[in-house]
Amino acid sequence: MVRATHWIGVVCVTILLLSGLQIFNAHPALYLGMDSDFAHPAASIGVAQRGERKIGVTTVFGRSFDTTGLLGVSGRNDAAERAFPAWATLPGYQDLATGRRWHFFFAWLLVLDGLAYLVFSLASGHVWRDLIPPARQLRRIGASVLDHLRLRFPRGEEARSYNVLQRLSYLAVIFVIAPLLVLTGLTMSPALDAVFPFVAPLLGGRQTARTIHFICAFLLLGFALVHVAMVLLSGVWNNMRSMITGWYRIKPEGSLHVGEN
Amino acid sequence: MSEKIDRRMLLKATAAVLGAMPLAGCDLASQDPTVRGILDSAEELTEAAQRTLLSRQSLAREFPETAISKHFRANGSDNPDDGDYQRLARSGFADWRLDVGGLVDHPLRLSLTDLRAMPSRTQITRHDCVEGWSCIGKWTGVPLGGVLQQAGLKANARYIVFYCADTFGDSLDLPNKYYESIDLVDAFHPQTILAYDMNGKPLEVPYGAPLRVRVERQLGYKMAKYVMRIEAVESFGHIGGGRGSFWADRGYEWYAGI
Repeated sequence: MVRATHWIGVVCVTILLLSGLQIFNAHPALYLGMDSDFAHPAASIGVAQRGERKIGVTTVFGRSFDTTGLLGVSGRNDAAERAFPAWATLPGYQDLATGRRWHFFFAWLLVLDGLAYLVFSLASGHVWRDLIPPARQLRRIGASVLDHLRLRFPRGEEARSYNVLQRLSYLAVIFVIAPLLVLTGLTMSPALDAVFPFVAPLLGGRQTARTIHFICAFLLLGFALVHVAMVLLSGVWNNMRSMITGWYRIKPEGSLHVGEN
Repeated sequence: MSEKIDRRMLLKATAAVLGAMPLAGCDLASQDPTVRGILDSAEELTEAAQRTLLSRQSLAREFPETAISKHFRANGSDNPDDGDYQRLARSGFADWRLDVGGLVDHPLRLSLTDLRAMPSRTQITRHDCVEGWSCIGKWTGVPLGGVLQQAGLKANARYIVFYCADTFGDSLDLPNKYYESIDLVDAFHPQTILAYDMNGKPLEVPYGAPLRVRVERQLGYKMAKYVMRIEAVESFGHIGGGRGSFWADRGYEWYAGI
């Protein structure tokens, strides 16, 4: 169940991210507060003219960066004027209506998937057994950070369960980032804003909620990139087999040491 | 044994789905009517869920005067170049009349003076554009429900259609005249008004002069500007592109609560 919901979640999150960037491209600026102060966005992506050519300009809190080729202008000969490039949006061409269709369908699917995961994980003890780090792990958190930085991963029986950094990052994704994404997403709905009018002010207003939604999406992307890197570095075939089939193989300790020495 | 095969097939199927995911495939899928039909089904789910949560009367949030946006963005048409509209605008909309017809007992023809003499409602609300931005403005107008009661809806009326003065876009296979429609839940909602004032002054042309609709629990594109005629209908399949709204004809949700 955990594995099935994980892989459905992967598909949903991928589509939500790509279609979300399509939606963002319709108005590539972020604001703080209830409404949009068009003259003073917290962040924006745009195009500027530099001599003969157009450059992509990304501005964050008044500081501008040349992001030609990636943000602002991209594609062949940097001819496409768009915030996020075609390869990062769904659909690849500019089409807000279709981006929204993808986004809302997979948002529903992800919420159902997430609920199934939560109910199962809480009922089966997965959360308590596998995710909440035991005190002895928390005490060794510094050592675990150093081990990860040196790409030395747990071996033997220890590798069967999540280590402390895994536990904390999974907990952050499941109980902080994902709920915030759902909450800020729902806050942007004018209908739900009428049902729960107290939520938007708590989040700093609708435009702040939209900004938080955007930031959380990138936090999730950052997590996913590190997560995939760890899967690849700590024994890709064994990990993938266990993530898909549940079967994780442990090499006898002795042979490993022989190999290393 | 059979369980093993099932699992292997499941893995293969998953791999096939993931393999088919590259973006070119998604672009094709976006245009495939079957895929589109599946994706679009989320709209009904959203509408059903939101309508379950929303009571008929629950109000969109209203703001204090201090929250009014200094610069309210005008979207869509901001100065319709349709000849009839330009003529009306030149005379300050003195000759403009709102026609209320269709499935009603007493069709109406109302001038701005008539509308201003009717009971009014003023509300400071947030306008959320489908693109993502928001602006806050103060709107004064006649509750649509009152106008419809005066006209007397027939029993089979289910939707209220707004026909606008502006031609927008240059599609060759779709009508380009702006129009919108809402159901009776929204039509009789207390905040659904036919607004003639914005921020205490007569509505200006970029914002829909002389009259626009406010449907506060939905996105901006539902709030048709330059309204010329209101029609009560049983279905909207025969109007425009058949999906009940200029933007719905172009792939957007007819129910724009999200």
